[in-house]
Amino acid sequence: MSVTTGLFYLFSAILLASAFRVITTSNPVHAVLYLVLTFFQASMIWMLLKAEFLSLTLILVYVGAVMVLFLFVVMMLDVNIEEMRVGFWKHFPLAAGLGILIIVEMSAVLLGGFHLDDETTAMAAVANTVGESSNSKALGKLLYTQYIYPLEVATAILLVGMIAAIALTLRQRKDSKAIDPAAQVRVSAKDRMTVVKMTATQPALPIAATDVTPSVESKA
Amino acid sequence: MTLTLGHFLTLGAMLFALSVIGIFLNRKNLIVLLMAIELMLLAVNTNFIAFSHYLGDLHGQIFVFFILTVAAAESAIGLAILVVLFRNKTNINVDELDSLKG
Repeated sequence: MSVTTGLFYLFSAILLASAFRVITTSNPVHAVLYLVLTFFQASMIWMLLKAEFLSLTLILVYVGAVMVLFLFVVMMLDVNIEEMRVGFWKHFPLAAGLGILIIVEMSAVLLGGFHLDDETTAMAAVANTVGESSNSKALGKLLYTQYIYPLEVATAILLVGMIAAIALTLRQRKDSKAIDPAAQVRVSAKDRMTVVKMTATQPALPIAATDVTPSVESKA
Repeated sequence: MTLTLGHFLTLGAMLFALSVIGIFLNRKNLIVLLMAIELMLLAVNTNFIAFSHYLGDLHGQIFVFFILTVAAAESAIGLAILVVLFRNKTNINVDELDSLKG
């Protein structure tokens, strides 16, 4: 058993154990931390498959950005953990049955109907990658020539995602007294002050004597 | 004993099955549901990279690159929706999200 095989089994064992903890732990913060461990082990397995660029990208993008985002959201939301656990064991038989079904089906496909001549293709793969200087360089050559339009679409997707996330969570304070600067610039003199035309003197209003006089006379 | 494609495909299958189990177990917790989806994408990406390695074809790794991009955008928007949901309803219980039901 070579060193690579031993490393594969070590990484796989840690990966599956931490993935199991992700879905069964009660505390969401612990789940996120176990997910970080899972991604790290997966990145190591990708490194065994000689996909160096994607392996490092997984650590940088997922562990560095997405998992920190998850952690922030989990800590920001004040969720009731006990309430979330209701019905956990009720769904367990269904979940276990489905999981076993998936594993059986996939292993049936892998063992029965899937015959790839591993040795020769592995040799071919090694022969293919010998001439290239590095995985990143080969990937970059392919990405910026043949896949240039999908790359542009991917950048547009990231931009849309960023704008959507900001637009969804942006909110204005209700008690804010800030004034819109554009409205201040656009204002003209007649919006601020109105000049009322009126004559210099006004005639005195006639006294309404009909209501007052009778009551005074009756008292006297 | 050398590593074969079957080793990596089996690992991907087991990870995928674990994340399906996670989706069924954590029906109420939206955050753990999102994490299980991330685990599923990880299993699929591992399959892609294993095939890419053993077939000597680099296009599989390009595909993983795009899957990573879309998954990052998806989780960002999903978490933003989660925050807005928590602001409006003060919990993230999936069972109470029935406002659209007639």
